[in-house]
Amino acid sequence: MSQATGKITGISGNMVAVAFDGNIMQNEVAYIIKAEERLKSEIVRIGDGVAYLQVFESTKGLKVGDDVEFSGELLSVQLGPGLLGQIYDGLQNPLPHLAEKYGFFLPRGVELPPLDEEKTWEFTPAVKKGDVVVSGIPLGHVPEGIFQHAIMIPFYFSGEFTVESIAGKGKYKITDKIAVIKDEKGHKHDITMTFSWPVKISITAYRDKIVPTEPLVTQARIIDTFFPVAKGGTFCIPGPFGAGKTVLQHILSRHAQVDIVIVAACGERAGEVVELLREFPELEDPRTGKTLMDRTIIIVNTSSMPVAAREASVYTAVTLGEYYRQMGLDVLLLADSTSRWAQAMRELSGRLEEIPGEEAFPAYLESRIAEFYERSGLVELHTGKMASLTIGGTVSPAGGNFEEPVTQATLKVVGAFLGLSRDRANARRFPSIHPLESWSKYDSFIDKQKIFESQEMLRRGNEVGQMMMVVGEEGTSIEDFQNYLKSEFLDNVYLQQNAFDKVDAATSKDRQIYIFDKVKRVLDTNFASKDKDDARKLFNRLRQFFIDWNYIDMETAEFKKQEQAIDELIKEHSGNEKGL
Amino acid sequence: MRKVYNKILQISGNVIAVKASDVSYEELAEITTRRGKSLAQVIKIEADMVSLQVFAGSRGISVNDEVRFLGRPMEVTFSDDMLGRIFDGAGNPRDKGPQLTDLLIPVAGPSVNPAKRIIPKRMIRTNIPMIDVFNSLVVSQKLPIFSISGEPYNELLARVAMQAEVDMIILGGIGLKYDEYMKFKNTLEEGGALSRSIFFMNTASDPIVESLMVPDLALAVAERFALKGKEVLVLLSDMTNFSDALKEIAITMEQVPSNRGYPGDLYSQLAARYEKAVDFEGAGSITILAVTTMPGDDVTHPVPDNTGYITEGQFYLHNGYIDPFGSLSRLKQNVNSADRSRKDHRAIMDGMIQLYAQYMETEEKRSMGFRMSGWDQKLLKYGTLFRKEMMDLSVNISLEQALDLGWQILAECFTPEETRLRSELIKEFWPDNSKAKVASDGEN
Repeated sequence: MSQATGKITGISGNMVAVAFDGNIMQNEVAYIIKAEERLKSEIVRIGDGVAYLQVFESTKGLKVGDDVEFSGELLSVQLGPGLLGQIYDGLQNPLPHLAEKYGFFLPRGVELPPLDEEKTWEFTPAVKKGDVVVSGIPLGHVPEGIFQHAIMIPFYFSGEFTVESIAGKGKYKITDKIAVIKDEKGHKHDITMTFSWPVKISITAYRDKIVPTEPLVTQARIIDTFFPVAKGGTFCIPGPFGAGKTVLQHILSRHAQVDIVIVAACGERAGEVVELLREFPELEDPRTGKTLMDRTIIIVNTSSMPVAAREASVYTAVTLGEYYRQMGLDVLLLADSTSRWAQAMRELSGRLEEIPGEEAFPAYLESRIAEFYERSGLVELHTGKMASLTIGGTVSPAGGNFEEPVTQATLKVVGAFLGLSRDRANARRFPSIHPLESWSKYDSFIDKQKIFESQEMLRRGNEVGQMMMVVGEEGTSIEDFQNYLKSEFLDNVYLQQNAFDKVDAATSKDRQIYIFDKVKRVLDTNFASKDKDDARKLFNRLRQFFIDWNYIDMETAEFKKQEQAIDELIKEHSGNEKGL
Repeated sequence: MRKVYNKILQISGNVIAVKASDVSYEELAEITTRRGKSLAQVIKIEADMVSLQVFAGSRGISVNDEVRFLGRPMEVTFSDDMLGRIFDGAGNPRDKGPQLTDLLIPVAGPSVNPAKRIIPKRMIRTNIPMIDVFNSLVVSQKLPIFSISGEPYNELLARVAMQAEVDMIILGGIGLKYDEYMKFKNTLEEGGALSRSIFFMNTASDPIVESLMVPDLALAVAERFALKGKEVLVLLSDMTNFSDALKEIAITMEQVPSNRGYPGDLYSQLAARYEKAVDFEGAGSITILAVTTMPGDDVTHPVPDNTGYITEGQFYLHNGYIDPFGSLSRLKQNVNSADRSRKDHRAIMDGMIQLYAQYMETEEKRSMGFRMSGWDQKLLKYGTLFRKEMMDLSVNISLEQALDLGWQILAECFTPEETRLRSELIKEFWPDNSKAKVASDGEN
């Protein structure tokens, strides 16, 4: 460890110049000592004898000559049992504990341990003396909520190790020694249940990274059916303010079928974050019947918290995600919003007086965004198990303009684009994902051809709709008009979902497959209507029938009854299904 | 004893630089010129070169003027004696009252721990139907009024100040025209609200750097009152002036400009102020209503755009009305449910806006010369009534009266089925036809 020291020579905003002595490294953590306070900061540039530090706190009151201590370590998070259910800031400070200790405000220069060091965990060993292990291999497990938390060989150990000793079944604190391992040169290393990992370096203690193909069921029909997300894949949700990004994120965090959800609220409104913080612990996880918080970690940096911590928060979140993936779990990381993160980068780059790129974002914007999303993936672990980390980020483009650098850089690297539209949001079409502008490179669990035909119907319907604006209803042929009604029908009964209805809020995979077929049957039917009014009436009825159907639990007799009514209605009016 | 420097090395814009040691970041200094004293704040330190922004501006500063560092950051007085008083952007009285030196508190303090916030769920009634019924203001909400020059945004702020159910009002004027300032003062005085108000007032002719301090002074004082249990409403007008002052300083400091010349930290700077809005668990609250004028009515301009991502909705002011379409209160769902408001509140809110949207379409068709059907006629009547009785900013009625009025207007224009409202609500709230007629006759 270097333990270099230095003294401040200049201050501008949250950027501090420090003359240093000794060995320091890029991105090393340093502390500025100000009476009782220790202000955390990170080295972002090194010049001739001067290090530039971005301070994670307010720099008010600092002076030239103030002392700086370098830690010799990169910005890291602590990994170990007890992370689930926590609410952290971007630097892994537990916010509820800070509140208990310091009250309403977030005081400067305080750190609290991220994990409870007193709590004991019931450890069950999985290896025995003499076993050969590599990094990432579980030495044993402790139960953490509904999961078996793997106590693994720390990821920074490379090469093969022999287990010298292993603790027996029993209760231990995270800092207790639970194993000793010997490396190839014969050096012995003590292992506890916790270790640190630098947030900006991805965890790769797995055997292989595989192309993600299996759909991650989010239970949002428009996503799963039309613009699916794969387990271990990436997606982005861009949209102007007011289009419903945050609501959609909340829905995904509740209903997506993954083991663990990590929410990174990065520069978000405190008023919305507080709903997340207060509601999640009270919401029931439909899969386990316990609180949703048991499988969730929330990272919160509201927009008024220091910008450098905001920049760090997405890395903290993704590192925690990778850690749980190493245990063989499926993890979903939702980052809201990556634009705030990019803006934080821009702000810091400006302070460093770097030559600005497009819209004053730094030149490395694209590579940073790519690096972040590339930390997702479906992997085969050393244990042979498969595990995934899926990353979804919202983007808040200035003026709702998708041409801007953050959206464009994100589009280059993600597998699915769920573009939100203000018009759809204004018309209360939820989710406001635009069905004609969004895309996905992943495969849905529904037949490709059927989806293609349905999308064609939406396109045709949209064209007819635009034409009708010019020539009116009268100038439209009955066939075109029926296509228009069909596309509206598809939009109303399938693409839109009532987030406030218990049943309609989340649609399972089986149910999606089932009802999509019925919807498709309507799209494929030639309805015999004598005029446009007649056609409109019919589709209003069909819509009502389907919406009611969406509200009925699939397991009930009522569901079948409603289905029969739908079948009869279709049959009664169809021109080409008469014989059925 | 603090050191005094009398060699100013650089004057550029409103920023001066001196060689000094033992100076801390954001510390205050006092500059004495022939014309008097002004405060200045340290905004950059490079070895022994210290840059300061001079609150009163740099005009008339000579290189030999005295710079005395005060050894403390910006502070503001805090006491109950402030009520009814008017201060400037440096925190000094601008009325004829005495200087207050009671208790000095730091400005721009740390942010609130999100874990100590409570979910906002109390409505602030303003007696303005377009707010109370359609986009309720909620305790601890931060809302901008997006507007363009010439719209009556300050009148709207003053009316909200007069009518809002809060304990006290803190008004931050940022580059306000002098007559707008006087109008505010007179309105609150006449309405008897001045005694529960505190003004921090920077007018257009005052030094622009002082305008940067106004939100911080106003919010620091608001925070202290809120911690003592008061429900405080902070009004800020105009935050575009604040942003423009930021831009001016940033460019003077040769910072790398971001979007349209604004500094890269515009979002953080705005957020640091707006995020002071809070409902403290076990204490009072701060609600912020601010004006953001949109240059060229362009909502994608960096100031309204950044603001929109920070605030919990917005009121659009168009042609003297709060626009029912662009406006949004993100927190209204927390206060307009049956148990927190009246059970017809949401139905009236959605139903009347949907019908108004149809009226707008009809209005468009009419202006294009299409023939009007019977349904169109009904919509036209509805739209006119809605504008006159509900949207007009001078309407001053309680939420309950406004809901009743909503039913009256609907009954006057439509049959119950045409409104698409739920039958059980219609049964309970649909006015007796004869009554509806009497009400409308009475008004004609």
